[in-house]
Amino acid sequence: MIYINNLTKVYKTPGGSLTALKDINLHIPKGAVYGIIGLSGAGKSTLIRCLNMLERPSSGQIILDGQKMTELSGKMLRKARQNIGMIFQHFNLLDSRTVAGNIAFPLEIAGWPKEQIIERVKELLPLVGLEDKADIYPAQLSGGQKQRIGIARALATKPSVLLCDEATSALDPQTTVSILNLLKEINEKLNLTIVIITHEMKVIKEICTDVAVIDQSQIVERGPVESVFIHPQSDIAKEFVSSIFPNELPNELLRELSLHPGSQIVRIHFLGTAASEPLITDLIRHCGVSVNILYGSIDHLRSTLFGTLTLELQGSPESLHTAGSFLQSKNLTVEVINNGN
Amino acid sequence: MGTDLFSLFNDPAYWESLSKILPQSVNETIYMVIVSTFLAYVLGVPMGVFLVITSADHILPNPWVERTLGTVINIFRSIPFIILLVALIPFTKELVGTSIGTTAAIVPLVVSAAPFVARLVESSLKEVSHGVIEAALSMGASPWQIISKVLLPEAKSPLILGMAITTINIIAYTAMAGAVGGGGLGDLAIQYGYNRFRTDIMIITVFILVIFVQGIQWVGTTLARKLSHR
Repeated sequence: MIYINNLTKVYKTPGGSLTALKDINLHIPKGAVYGIIGLSGAGKSTLIRCLNMLERPSSGQIILDGQKMTELSGKMLRKARQNIGMIFQHFNLLDSRTVAGNIAFPLEIAGWPKEQIIERVKELLPLVGLEDKADIYPAQLSGGQKQRIGIARALATKPSVLLCDEATSALDPQTTVSILNLLKEINEKLNLTIVIITHEMKVIKEICTDVAVIDQSQIVERGPVESVFIHPQSDIAKEFVSSIFPNELPNELLRELSLHPGSQIVRIHFLGTAASEPLITDLIRHCGVSVNILYGSIDHLRSTLFGTLTLELQGSPESLHTAGSFLQSKNLTVEVINNGN
Repeated sequence: MGTDLFSLFNDPAYWESLSKILPQSVNETIYMVIVSTFLAYVLGVPMGVFLVITSADHILPNPWVERTLGTVINIFRSIPFIILLVALIPFTKELVGTSIGTTAAIVPLVVSAAPFVARLVESSLKEVSHGVIEAALSMGASPWQIISKVLLPEAKSPLILGMAITTINIIAYTAMAGAVGGGGLGDLAIQYGYNRFRTDIMIITVFILVIFVQGIQWVGTTLARKLSHR
């Protein structure tokens, strides 16, 4: 769907040149909700703006829906942009137009006939839950409603990709969830490819299927959301994961636990149905270890259950070994944090 | 003097005599103001639009055009109107066949107002947020679509306020144009009020001008508020 090949962007400033993106390679498959996360200044905004050529890359190639975006200009580029919807952090709506007028705007630009525009706007209003707001001006609406207009507007020309540039960063937590749910619904209903730029791991957790972590102008990690959440490799990714699943044990506790000879601390990640099995009961009954629960959480990644459990296991070396193989056999991801001695 | 004027204004015969000169001057002023404002906008809006879109980080950045146009506008704005009025006489003669009268006065009025309009339009259009322009670009809008569907409609309110300012300025300038035979209320005030010591006519013309200015400002402010949906 989208191929980013060796993308580099360098800004020339009076004080010298500034590299915003360095040799980025990324493939975004059709129907994916691809999250690109990074701290501010990491280059993620530049990256998403390169996808529709709002920002011209210094070198490299972008192929979107079979079209080499980097080679287009003028009329061809404008035509290609009609196939890419975009929503923004600050919504960027036209204050002088009503809700319906804003949604009609990209269709006017694309040169649709009037009757078809009216019909299309009528289809889009209920999709974003604004059917009773058609004739209201954006200034009278809340942030969440404004972003819903933004989404309807971005979808108007039936694009094959939707770019979201920090689309929920100006919204409160509850509104963020409702907007993310709407995006997920649209992704499922229309099989629309969505690219999301964000600095919030929550956004990735709620709706993304894949994630790339960008740091200091480079992609440091990428993969399906589950694997990045369970096995973050880079320091920055670990930091992002722990920002919503804090699983560091306090030092005081670790010091105290180290006084228990022959105990083992393990962290277990489980996904999907594994979360609903009586794991601890089985450990005690079948492996002959005693279990001390130190920390546990359960949440979801997109629509999959995702849980973490940190346990202290006590018992003879043999029973600890049995417990280890038992956990492995359950297809759980097990991480031994502290081997007692 | 005060009581003299009071009895004068109460005398129907006085108004009868005034009705031979006053309506014509009012009409001339209205004619000059409307035509000059219109033509000043015909010339000034494109200049203002060019100033904005050729500026750095806008839709068609072009430092050369921006700087050249800006300099020309600044030069015309630096020339005092009274000098422009005289300096343009040969050009006016060439253009409208005469350098006296209301139609002839329109030429220097337009030449002086158009650069002013260009700057007003420029500052109004610069108020349109970069984000909105970017959104339009992301939808594949052409430069012309951005000008006609984003910049001008989004800046409607400041543009209308600017038009009220321009019109009022032109009213003041028509009075000056009157001094060199341009006709209108300014001409009346100078010929009768000043040269013939007719304080009564001076007061009436000023009064009418005040009504004009108040009225235009009121219309401008009201319209701008009505059209603003921020």
